[in-house]
Amino acid sequence: MKVVEAKIVVLGSQGVGKTSLVVRYIGKMFSKHISPTIGASFFTCNINLEDARIKLQVWDTAGQERFRSMAPMYYRNANAALLVYDITSAGSFAAIKGWVKELQSNVPEPMVLSLVGNKCDLEESRAVAQSEAAQFAASIGAAYCETSALHDQFISHSQTHNRLVSSPSSGRSPPLRCMSALATTIISKRENGTIKTSSFTKRKE
Amino acid sequence: MLVGQSIETGYAYRLPLNFKYGNEDKLAGLCGVIQALVSVVEEQNQDILRSISTKDCKAIFLVKGPLILVAVSKSNESETQLVLQLTYAFNQIVSVLTLTQLNRIFEQRRNYDLRRLLSGAERLIDHLLIFMEKDPAFLLGAVRCLPLPEKARENITNAITSTCNKIRDLVFAILIAGNQLITLVRMKKYTLHPSDIHLLFNLVRSSESFKTAESWTPICLPKFDATGFLHGHVSYISEDCQACLLLLTVQRDAFFPLSQAKHTIAEKLRRSNCLVAINDALNRNKELPTTNPLKHIGIPEIRHFMYKCKSTAQLFTSDPISLDRLQDYRLRHKEGGDIMVKKIEKLSDMDYVRNYRRFCSQIHCSSTPAKLIFRSNSDDTVLAWVTNGFELYVTFDPLMEKDHAIRAVDRLLHWIKREEERIFIMHAPTF
Repeated sequence: MKVVEAKIVVLGSQGVGKTSLVVRYIGKMFSKHISPTIGASFFTCNINLEDARIKLQVWDTAGQERFRSMAPMYYRNANAALLVYDITSAGSFAAIKGWVKELQSNVPEPMVLSLVGNKCDLEESRAVAQSEAAQFAASIGAAYCETSALHDQFISHSQTHNRLVSSPSSGRSPPLRCMSALATTIISKRENGTIKTSSFTKRKE
Repeated sequence: MLVGQSIETGYAYRLPLNFKYGNEDKLAGLCGVIQALVSVVEEQNQDILRSISTKDCKAIFLVKGPLILVAVSKSNESETQLVLQLTYAFNQIVSVLTLTQLNRIFEQRRNYDLRRLLSGAERLIDHLLIFMEKDPAFLLGAVRCLPLPEKARENITNAITSTCNKIRDLVFAILIAGNQLITLVRMKKYTLHPSDIHLLFNLVRSSESFKTAESWTPICLPKFDATGFLHGHVSYISEDCQACLLLLTVQRDAFFPLSQAKHTIAEKLRRSNCLVAINDALNRNKELPTTNPLKHIGIPEIRHFMYKCKSTAQLFTSDPISLDRLQDYRLRHKEGGDIMVKKIEKLSDMDYVRNYRRFCSQIHCSSTPAKLIFRSNSDDTVLAWVTNGFELYVTFDPLMEKDHAIRAVDRLLHWIKREEERIFIMHAPTF
């Protein structure tokens, strides 16, 4: 079985639910009383897919403006970025565009990107249309999904990743699929063989 | 509550000074008035506006760099004590931003709305203000320690030093629990000021997010170095022990070695039964003499005391006494025969501390400081005493005689001396 180490950075504006998403994903419950992240939090998680075992190292960054200058520290060595916005906040979606620009100009190697619209349980106050987000995701070559960390929901909108929605992570929470989708993408972009190094992007297909 | 160049800190959190959801226009007006008051005094009289007093209210002004801090209080705190609180609030802001960044922002834009940069940190200031009202540690400029058997604390310190002494650029390793210090290991030649430790307590206390994962967070300690950040690896020791370990370094990319060190330390603490010792102290295990010191000391007429060890700037206070515990306790000691009919008002730790404030400001008065104060009336008897080595505040039963009180204080000091190694951290270990 292949063992893959992958580093993921979670980026996005304050209050969009980055930490809630990660905490839900790590298998804990949703907490309404989560306090703003200070700096960044570090999570690790192992995922077993059909043909590979993935060791994920997740940097959950703080969304506040004052931490913005520290972001390079976390995305510099990342293989993938989870770009999270809040579907009820057009501003948080606009901020994603800034993040993408920053990643494109600061990270020499291409990264696996995944666009995540969180809080999809708040459909009635939606401010970002699915079509708009899907179009943007396609333009930057990112996977796209909507999630609800609150209700533990995951909706994939990406044609190419339909397979992943029903992937073998059924016992785990749906936001996990969003992560394992990312992980599978990382694998699919790699060559075969057991790779311990995390800098897979050097040998992109 | 922060707009333009002015910041207003509404001391006394019960006052409806939460402008975050209030009317922005009114807020701008109020800040304008504050700014005008301060600058008029400054320009016309070449002087500084310090305070405005009305019949039942005090407004204290403190100008710090680009900020004006204002406290409005209806309590019995002295001007000095309120200035101290404002200074703490300012230091909390510096701790989030660094003084360098704060000054630079206002050099670039004089009307910058600081709330933008402080978003997410409001609760740090809110918590700090509540913390200061409740805890005499601020009043005395001292740090509370978690009482622990001497051997347990030594093992904890050793676990940290043996794991960390090879890590380069690690400046401080601090283990804390429930606003109390368990141990502090420092790089030789650097020390940590009590007010910086208070800010660390406040940070940990206010941040639930530290409980979910290991964090890597920038922290500025204003007394240590107001111009820059230290980088802190912050994490709770384990799920079953609510002690929080902070490893502070100047290296911004040292997360992984420090994370490794943390796991090693946690493992050592578990193996040497230190986690049990910490949990016992935190859960106030009844068998520990420090859990209920008044009972252990056995001087029934003492209701409450607080003691500051000056050489280490550490603090120890007795428990707050609840009404039924007090009654139960007195009956057993056969003291005060009329205890059953005498109504004892329920006082909390906070009430005692509130009472001490007045004595504290007399003792710390810069013009005519008092060394010993004894005041007895029908509510209670208070003795405040400062020497080269300590500062002591004791509340006794009402109408105590001086001789009697002094004899009791002697016994109390004797007990403190005996338990010194347990209630205080007497050594300052280094890497």
